[in-house]
Parts: sequence; C-alpha cells; structure tokens
Amino acid sequence: MVAVHPLTMKVLRDIARLKGQATAIALIVASGVGVLVMSLAAMQAITSTAEAYYDRYQFAHVFAEAKRIPRAVARDIARLEAVRTVEARMVRYATVDISGFEEPVMAVLVSLPENAAAEVNRLVLRRGRIPDPHRADEVIVVEPFADAHDLHLGDRFSALLNGRKRDLQIVGVALSPEFVYTIGPGALMPDDARYGVIWMGEAVLAAAYDLDGAFNSVAITVWPGADMPSLLARLDALLEPYGGVGAYARNDQISNWFVMNEIAQLRSIASIMPPIFLIVAAFLTNILLARLVFIERSEIGLLKAFGYSHATMAWHYTKFVLIIAAGGVLVGWVLGYLLGRWMTGIYATLFNFPLLVYAPDIDVYSLSAAFSIVAALIGAVAAAYHAASLPPADAMRPPSPPRFRQNPGGLQARALARLDQPTRIIFRQLLRRPLRTLLTSLGVSAAVAVLVASLQWRDAISWMVTDFFDNQQRQDISVSLVESAPLAVARALERLPGVLATEAYRSVSTRIRFESRHRREALIGIPANGQLEVLRDAHGRNVPLPEHGLLMSGAMAKILGVQVGDVVRVEVLEGRQPTLTVPVAATFETLIGTPVYMHIDALNEALEEPRTTNHLRARIDERHASALFARLKSLPTISGVMLKRAAVDLFNKTIGETMYVVIAFYSGFAVLLAYGVIYNNMRISLSERGRELATLRVLGFSSGEVAYMLFGEAAVLTLIGLPVGCLGGWLLAEFMATGFETELFRLPVRIAPSTYGLAIVLVLFSALTSAALVARRLVRLNLISVLKTRE
Amino acid sequence: MGAQEAASAVLVARNLVKVYGSGELEIRALDGVDLTLYESELIVLVGASGSGKSTLLNILGGLDAPTSGEVLFRGQPLDLRNDRTITEYRRRHVGFVFQFYNLIASLTAEENVALVTEIADAPIAPREALAMVGLGDRLQAFPAELSGGEQQRVAIARAIAKQPQLLLCDEPTGALDSKTGVLVLSALERVNRELGTTTALITHNRATAGMADRVCRFSDGRIIETTVNTHRTPAEQLEW
Repeated sequence: MVAVHPLTMKVLRDIARLKGQATAIALIVASGVGVLVMSLAAMQAITSTAEAYYDRYQFAHVFAEAKRIPRAVARDIARLEAVRTVEARMVRYATVDISGFEEPVMAVLVSLPENAAAEVNRLVLRRGRIPDPHRADEVIVVEPFADAHDLHLGDRFSALLNGRKRDLQIVGVALSPEFVYTIGPGALMPDDARYGVIWMGEAVLAAAYDLDGAFNSVAITVWPGADMPSLLARLDALLEPYGGVGAYARNDQISNWFVMNEIAQLRSIASIMPPIFLIVAAFLTNILLARLVFIERSEIGLLKAFGYSHATMAWHYTKFVLIIAAGGVLVGWVLGYLLGRWMTGIYATLFNFPLLVYAPDIDVYSLSAAFSIVAALIGAVAAAYHAASLPPADAMRPPSPPRFRQNPGGLQARALARLDQPTRIIFRQLLRRPLRTLLTSLGVSAAVAVLVASLQWRDAISWMVTDFFDNQQRQDISVSLVESAPLAVARALERLPGVLATEAYRSVSTRIRFESRHRREALIGIPANGQLEVLRDAHGRNVPLPEHGLLMSGAMAKILGVQVGDVVRVEVLEGRQPTLTVPVAATFETLIGTPVYMHIDALNEALEEPRTTNHLRARIDERHASALFARLKSLPTISGVMLKRAAVDLFNKTIGETMYVVIAFYSGFAVLLAYGVIYNNMRISLSERGRELATLRVLGFSSGEVAYMLFGEAAVLTLIGLPVGCLGGWLLAEFMATGFETELFRLPVRIAPSTYGLAIVLVLFSALTSAALVARRLVRLNLISVLKTRE
Repeated sequence: MGAQEAASAVLVARNLVKVYGSGELEIRALDGVDLTLYESELIVLVGASGSGKSTLLNILGGLDAPTSGEVLFRGQPLDLRNDRTITEYRRRHVGFVFQFYNLIASLTAEENVALVTEIADAPIAPREALAMVGLGDRLQAFPAELSGGEQQRVAIARAIAKQPQLLLCDEPTGALDSKTGVLVLSALERVNRELGTTTALITHNRATAGMADRVCRFSDGRIIETTVNTHRTPAEQLEW
C-alpha cells in the first residue's frame, strides 16, 4: 500500500523542482501577510490596551475648561442628562526647575481631590503614594518625566506657581489615562525631559491660583448611549458665564487623539500595502501554473486517459498553489508577529500605557491567511480550469509552434524591420502576449511604486523639518507668558543675557463661528514682516499677512465653510470675552493644524486693549544660553519656554528610531516584490524558450548573445515598469497622504528626484540578481538533450 | 592517407572515445572512432539506436566534447572544451539540421534564415537560400503557418545560408512522411552539389544511403563498415 497518493507526491516534487519560483511567490505572499499581521496586530494591541486602560481607570468622556467655576456648579453639571461622574479640578501650566537640567521645563499641574480618590482619570500609581493633604509640598509626577530626569521618591525640585517659587517633593510616580501621549502645548511630539505632568493637592493649587471654592477644569464620564452633541451644548451653556472655553469629547482630547490617529494610520497601512503584494502574488501564481499545465499537458492527458476526473486534475493543480500560498502565509505570520511586536514596542515607548498586551488574536492570522489563499486561488483558477478541460487526445499531441502573426506592410512589421533578428525576437515575444507583458510590467511598477511611496517619507519629513524649523520658525526660543503683558515686556526680554532679537505675538482663545458651524481655535496675532516666524504655505511659499482681517488656514476655512470675503464671528474666550466680527482676508494651505492669524495690532485694536503680548520669540547667542535659561526659570511671568534646537533634535531622534526602520522594511518588501516578478518572468521565459535559445547556441550565437535575447525581454519589461512605477509611486504617495490626513496634520508629498533614482536602482539591482541566478541555468542549458527531444 | 586526400580533408576525427557515467553504469558511446570528412562529400551514417552516430555528429559539430581523442578542422586541432572557440567554430563553419526543426517561432521563414546570415562572414541572401530549398514563395510565413516538410527545409536553408564548410544532419527526415522526406533530401543534395558543402547525414533509413558518396555503419560505438558508392542515386529516385 502506498502511504502518499502518487498525485500528492507529484505536487510536492513539482514544488521542489520549481523551488526558486515557488519561493519567490511565497515570499511575496509572506510580505503581504507580514504587513497585514504587523499592522493589525499592532493596531489590536493599542486598541485593546487603550480600551482596557480607559475603562479600568475611568478615562473621562467629556472635558471642559473655564476661567473660574464656583464649586456649586459641579452639582449642576452632575445633574445634566447622561452624566455619570464629575471630577471638578484645577489644571494650570507652570515652569519647573530641575537641578542639573539647564533648560526651563514646562509642566501641567493637575489637582488631586483632597479627601477621596479621583473617580475620573484615576492614576496608576507606579511607585510611592498619594500626597498627604496636609503636606503642601508633596506631589506625584508622571513616570516618563521622572525617568527622563532620573527622579526618585523623595527627590525635590522647584516650580513657579503663579509667580511664586515652590519647593516640591516627589512622593509618588504615576501614569494616567489622560496623559498617554504627553505632548506639550505647541510641541510636535512628546518631550519627556521638557514637559511633564505633576499632580498635587487641591488646596495647594487653589491657594496658589486664587481658585478657593472654585475649579477651572472638569472631566466627566457618561452613561452608555449618551447624546454627546447635546451634552456638550448644555455644558457649554452652563459654563459660559464662568469663562468656559468650550467642552469637548474624548475624541478631541489631545492624548487620546494621537492614540486614535495612530490606530487609523495602522488601519490605513493594513488596507493599502498588503493588497498590492497579494495581487502581484496572484498574477505570478497564474503565470507559473499556466506554464506548468502547458508543460505537463501530456501527463494530464495520460492521467485522464487512465480515468482521473476533471475535478481531480483541477484539484491537483490547485493544491500546488495552496501549498505555495500556505508556505507564504506561515512565513508571513512569523514575520508579521515579530514585526508587530517590534512596532508595538515602539508604541510602548511613545505611549505611556501602564501595560501593553501584545497577543494578536486568531482573527488576525485567519484573516491574513484567508486573503492570501483567496488571492492565490484567483491566480490558480484559469490554469486549473484549463488543466481540467484539456481533452486527453489533444493533451497528448505535441503542441504546434506558438502562433505569431503580422501584417507584412503593417506598422509593427515596419517598426520591427529596423531591428536585428535577436531584438526582433524579444519584441515579438512581448507583443505575442500583450496581457502578460502588461501585467509583468505592472508587477515591476508595483515594486517601484511601493519603493517610491515608502522612500518618499524621508523626503516629506526632511522637507517638513526644513520648512518648519528653518524657514518658518526662525527663533531659537519661544516664551509663553502667564498673562498678557504690555509690549514693553518684549524689550525687557531683549535685555536678558544672550538675547539678540525678540518679537511679540499674541495668542487668544476664541471660538470662531460662521453660520451654524463653529470651532475653537487660538487666534494668533503676529507682527507684520515678522522675522522670527515666517508664514509659509504647504508648498513652501511665503504668505503675506493682510493688514486687516483674518488669515485663515485652508483646513479651518473648510471646517467652517467660509471663503475669502466672508465675515465670521470671533467669540473671544478670555478677558472681557468680547465677540468680534472679522472678515476673512485670505486663506492658505498649511500642513499642521488649523491656525488662524491676524495682524497683532489689528487684533489688539479689535480687543480694545492696549498693545499687549503673551508670547515672545527670540534669537539667542548660544554662548550665553546657560545664563539666560537660569534667568528665565526664575521669572514669574513666564509659563513656558520652548527651545527649537531641542525640538529639532528630538524630532530627528524619534524619526530616526522609528520611521527609518519602517521605511527599510517596506523597501525590503518592495525589493522582494521586484525580485519575485522579474525572477519568475525570466524563469518562465527560459522554460518556454529553452529550446529556442539552445537552437541559437547551436547556430553559433555566443552565450552572451543568447543571454541578450532572454534577458532582453525582462529588461524591456523592467524599463517599461520603471517610469510607470515612478508615476504610480507618486499617486500612491498622494493616496497614502490623503489616507493619513487628519484635521491636525497633513503630510506633504515632496518626492525628491534622488528618491525615484534610488527606487530605480533598487529594482535594477533585483533585476540583475534575478538575471545572475537565471544565467547559471542558461549556462547549464544542455544543447543536445533540448534539441533532440520533442517539446 | 595520401597527400592529396589530406589536403582536401575538411575534418579529421582521431580515436574518439566518449564515455558517459562511470563504474557499472559506464556507457561507451564512442569507442575509438576514426573518420575523415573530405571536401564536398556527402557521407551517410547508419546504425541502430545508441550505436554512437549521434554522439559522433555532436562532437564533430562542437556540441559535445569527447572523453579522449582529437578533432582536426582543416588540419588544426579543435579545442572542444573552450566555449569561445567552439562557439566561433559553430558560427563560422558548421550548419546543423535536426529531426525536430527548432525554428524560432517568433521569426518568419526569411527572418529565421537572416538570424544566421546576420552573424556570418560571407552568407548568401536569405531569399536565395530559401529559393534553393524550394521555399522562395514562403518568405513571410511564420513556423506555425508551415507544414513539417516546409519547416525542415527552412531549417536547412538556415543551416546553409552562412555557406558552412560542414553540414551535419541528424535524422532530418525522421519526423516526415516519405514524399516530404524526399523533398527535404533533394534540398540537401542540391546544397551539397551547388555549394560543395561537406555533408554528414544520420539516418535510420537504408534507402537514403543510396544518395551518399560513402556510407559508414555504426555498432556499439565503432564504425564497423565503410562502403563507397560508385554511383550516387539522385534523391528524387529514392523510395521507402
């Protein structure tokens, strides 16, 4: 008795014989599966971690801030429909002085309820304890901040609370669902050394900021099924008299927004990249199997003559594909699991989760397997059907020479007449199977496109960094003031050591309304012809500041549905809270945020306030930086200082750690894709034309000349694929940029010529590698046995 | 070998031995063959399958190298193991015709011939070569549009268009019916007569031997008998 059915043995031996091609296809399937598993697994890890964390530590659903809300109002809020728990608290910004750290540090101070544990946004106490309500100097600090400064329980540092320097002692280190992504105001990414969260007793903060019997921030959890828009509207109405600056839901909470945005980006990657790989794998499977069925048609005829059914024959060739796809899926699973774990590790450092569960569930694996198997089966269907439907007698007859035809006076004939015979052979081969030629070229294009679309992130980032940090933000430091102050402050700052030049800005919290639409945004007053912040649009062009009216980002104009010339209502949410009517003088495209600018003089005039500022930019002499920082740390009027150099370094470091590795992986996958397509094309060609090439050798053509005819075909296909791929890469980059686009952030597509060049070089490298591998077979081509056997 | 014979010898094979495999599986395909091909002669090699005639032809044509022995082309030893030399030898001096026509499917009849004339030193025009095998009116046909006999004649035209010194034919009529076979043999005969190409022809068909100047009979890797025909039967008169 035979343990394994002979047909099964045949499948296994066929795969062993075609291992090069089978491996190439399996690797492409593996790449697709790998990317899919990686992004889905990482997405799942973040999603489930965030959900569990938010749920367990009661992350608020709704937030609102106001200037000063009397305690009693908290009960009114609690009575609003759908509200479950209300946490009335104080949130303020302060500068912190950590001994040994030269630069000023910014922190957000959040109050802890005096006599009870917080019901909303509960802390995850990592070390130490909750501050003693009777000890004014005890605080908890957020863990990454403590780690960045190597702060331990019992360590002390000082902070400027409302202008008064306070000595604080760390009694606990914690994490909070509210600060998963600890990004400071105005920063591009979290900087754990320069921005932290400090929790301290309610009484201390109330005393420091004159908030006795009051609060300035509220965090709310709601019952399931709450009507959010209506709740937000009621909350706004309730807080309006107390300087409410607009309630917002969890979706717009900055930390959560970044977490959700990352999940959306992973989803975007999962839906764009894997299909490209799986489609190409399906196409290659189709070609390989069609060739196999052609070569084996006499065996198929024989087996049918023996009485094997159509279904058995179709299943036989389908198995061949399934085994290759299954191999690819297995490798893809392992690859995806490892990459996903690596990526999740990066998120673990980016996001401050108390724990990160990486356990991709079975769905991730089964989904990726299902997609790949379906793609492979689609590729197999035509060839398997052909195998099933071959009549046995036909199948056993030798094939007649493949048909070539041309109209002797036709365009094709005249064009080819100019070529030598070997070149003519190449072109007739390509023209005989236009669909295969097209699809193979598209396969090469897909590889180039994925390469261009991956490599262009470097261009986008370096363009953004250059444009943002060099062309737009020309200051060395920017200083935020606690309160608006006369413009004379700018000159005071200029007198500090090392300051070379300053410019004064004014930022005002507003709600901008047009017809039924409205939006909270800081209206920024900037000086005309400012030298330290130069307004530039998404294309890197300078944008002139109109003397009157608003200069609005295109994104904001779109949200509000306004056009240049429309008059909007600007409800100022601070000071006297006036409502202004201002025309939109101009709009411009921005990459980051939804900013709205106005001439600082026009803004101050509209506010009917003397010339004031609350934000200063300065250029400094690095040699005096230490002295300057020491002075800034002690100035009570300053709520925060940002250093451009630190921001640039951090940006480059973070990008270098993550983005470049991701780019390298995608580029690797794309090179595999190119290799798979080109190698398979060459092998199929060699198989189809081995006889022809042997004939040419016998006729006296050298190995080189014969290689020209074989590789010439792949070369033409590659050369067609390169420009098409470059175009495709650009379109893919645009598509991905649109996919990643959010209200806050748009990616520029700025593909450098060198990126196209690098993509082309990498694909040519794959082509040459494939050629080198196939050339060995060409050299070994046995002239005698090929020529003396019937095909 | 007389001085005059030596002068007109195109190809001389000396003590050729070809061994495939080793040990118990060893097969001596050629077991010490000496053969000289003279200018303009048509020689027919006959013998059972596996008697060594194809192996000899492959070695003479530079498709294979002998285990021992040597081949002299126009008095010069051929380095049959040097791919460069041997490619050059095939390119300039040897024409092949096989049982299976091995035409390039993507080239027309004329182009299949031109394939060779483009790399030859002193070729005859592809049209002329095709006219010589009786296909002057099928120049633009692709292989798929030609019958078996026509395809084989294109193969002959392709082999002789470069005016080779040697034309080696391995069962050129093996896949053809007798009527078509005669047409093909006539074409070979005409080439041999008009261009004076030294021609060696392998056949299973005893009748074909009648058109040769000399007939060598093979058995077990040796030439066991050589017959000189005093009178060559014209190909058209062959029957089988």
